[in-house]
Amino acid sequence: MKLGFSPADEDFRRECADWLNGQMAGEFKDIKGISTLTEKAERRKEWEQQLAAHKWSCIGWPEAWGGRDATLAQQVIFAEEYARAGVPGRVNHIGVELAGPTLLAFGTEEQKKRFLPGIAAGQTIFCQGFSEPGAGSDLASVRTKARLEGNEWVVNGQKIWTSLAHISDWIFVVSRSEEGSKGPKGLTFLMMEIDQPGIEIRPIKQINGDAEFNETFFTDAKCPADSLIGAVGEGWKIAMGLLAFERGVSTLGQQMGFRNELNEIIAAAKANGAANDPLIRQRLAKAEIGLQLMRYGALRMLSNTDHSKIDGAALTYKIQWASWRRSLGELAMDVLGQGAEITDSETYEWSILPNLFLYSRADTIYGGTNQIQRNLIAERGLGMPREPRGDV
Amino acid sequence: MEFVFTEEQQMIGETAKAFFVENATSERTRKAMAADGIDRDLWTSFCTELGLAGIAMPEAHGGAGLGQVEFAMLAEHAGAQVAALPLLGLAMASQAIAAGGTDAQKAKWLPELAAGTIAACAGTDALSVDGNMLSGTFELVAHGDAAQVFVLGNDMGAWIVTRDAPGVSVKTHTTMDQTRPYATVALNAAQGEPLADGAKAMQAAREAGWICVAAEALGGAQQALDRTVGYAKERVQFGRAIGSFQAYKHRLADMMIEIEQARSAVYWAACAVDEQSPEAPLALHAAKSFAADTFFKCAGDMIQLHGGIGFTWEHDAHLFFKRARAIQSMLGNGNWHREQVATMILGEAA
Repeated sequence: MKLGFSPADEDFRRECADWLNGQMAGEFKDIKGISTLTEKAERRKEWEQQLAAHKWSCIGWPEAWGGRDATLAQQVIFAEEYARAGVPGRVNHIGVELAGPTLLAFGTEEQKKRFLPGIAAGQTIFCQGFSEPGAGSDLASVRTKARLEGNEWVVNGQKIWTSLAHISDWIFVVSRSEEGSKGPKGLTFLMMEIDQPGIEIRPIKQINGDAEFNETFFTDAKCPADSLIGAVGEGWKIAMGLLAFERGVSTLGQQMGFRNELNEIIAAAKANGAANDPLIRQRLAKAEIGLQLMRYGALRMLSNTDHSKIDGAALTYKIQWASWRRSLGELAMDVLGQGAEITDSETYEWSILPNLFLYSRADTIYGGTNQIQRNLIAERGLGMPREPRGDV
Repeated sequence: MEFVFTEEQQMIGETAKAFFVENATSERTRKAMAADGIDRDLWTSFCTELGLAGIAMPEAHGGAGLGQVEFAMLAEHAGAQVAALPLLGLAMASQAIAAGGTDAQKAKWLPELAAGTIAACAGTDALSVDGNMLSGTFELVAHGDAAQVFVLGNDMGAWIVTRDAPGVSVKTHTTMDQTRPYATVALNAAQGEPLADGAKAMQAAREAGWICVAAEALGGAQQALDRTVGYAKERVQFGRAIGSFQAYKHRLADMMIEIEQARSAVYWAACAVDEQSPEAPLALHAAKSFAADTFFKCAGDMIQLHGGIGFTWEHDAHLFFKRARAIQSMLGNGNWHREQVATMILGEAA
């Protein structure tokens, strides 16, 4: 067990920090500090390409596919320095962290050649078509249909909560390819190009006024027959494999975003005197401790190479960070006081902390609600009986 | 950077776990509870047969030369069985002497502690010192009645005082957690042997104490969950195992969520101390407060989720519950530790 980084790692840290800080002070100054996923989307696509041009877009990938074969320590360092430098979140997070690793694990050589260079180059932006109006927590009940007609898959149905679909080029779709099948059986995982007449994107306005999520409609949407990952009927397996990548190193970058938010609250508390309130002090200390424990939980999870046993740190991670962040939003409002109810903007737009307060209500819902997480922890982690399925 | 146990550490953990599961049985612990809170046979086996008491002591003085991570592993598995052992006194006294003693003091005392001499450590600000003669009263000294040697002091200095020295009187108290009874230790012009660097010694004692009780708390919390999980599978009501009720499952899940964080906290703190990381103070306050609260929550839930049987003397739930409560209060309560963290991130309150 060792926490310290090697001198070579510290050199790497300086290299990352220098480059990222240089970019944020120079050519990409205009996107520094953006905290939503939607602001200045076009510039942020250019930023993806800039990362790629300097081989920073997917450092954990194999070198053969445009990565650096970076060690765990290096990936941790890059994620941390990325957020520390105030660089906004990756608009191609789904391509780099989910689609890419899924292709590497389950794709054919031909598929890797077709997709990976575009993702690595920041040219191909991906979004995720999993949830449907009738398939939220119960993801396996998807109804979007896919049927093979000649050389093409023809897809009909609707996806929802497709984050960043409006700026994406491709979508991966979990669809029901076997007529009359139920649950996780009979599903197929397809990669589809968004720019086609059969796909329509409609934004969903959220409680914070922003529209990061979309509804995605498929009306005889098409993709070539070889667009499936895995075999016909293996869609659930691929989807679950993909979700496992969600707990990768990018969580550390996400945490550095949380660090920036907590630092804003600390600064606000010092400025307005809330830092003298003993109850606020206790809550800020708890928030600090919670964030540190998230970091060390993630390092445990990433350091663990023994996958024969259930990894408790990994299994509990989602509910841990989501609950922590929701509390942080509430703490932000208590620190800021009544003044946080108004915005300087003429439109319904919020600065980082009031936006955190509103947005964090989504954290405990998407990616498995807190309630579903507790079911998973109790069933997979503790061996409790599974929830019975109804037949409504 | 690799935040997992090495193979050697895993072996130590497995050895310790097997030893405590086999030997620190409820029956033996209860026998110790009726006496002075120490299972003497268990302590002797731990110190002499397994040779584990010196795990974090320097090799030059008969120890294994390992660190707080390894000691925490022992304390975790001892805590899991609520073992009636003077581990806290060992941790604090040995680290105090290792950090603040002269070479001669280390050479004399560390092998004795490793061999099983029972120690207790305590502090008070109201200590009067005349040469090496000490007068003052130390309250709430864990295992104070059983201790053969004390490390006593405050920020001004630290002294080794033997139980049989003239002027030492000890009064034990009936204590809620009977596995770690408290005593009042009064000194009336008792001879003390000053440690070379008292402030450093007391600081090391506090840090080792925080790690020890935080690790015990982690083990206790995990065991409270494991035993409750076992009960949830076997107890049937309304024609189904009670663990199939979502209200029940979700409480078990909440226990696990806290425990996983406590595990990160304890080994972060132990590792940070071993590596002399600048993060060590933050990690220690986080570990002590978080692990203690986690243990209390899990032990309380253990009683609730066992229903009536959990409220009986016969069931072990109350051993966990009482140990957890004692750990919350000792060596600075949760609010105090969090205030230290608040001071680090916000500065002193105006």
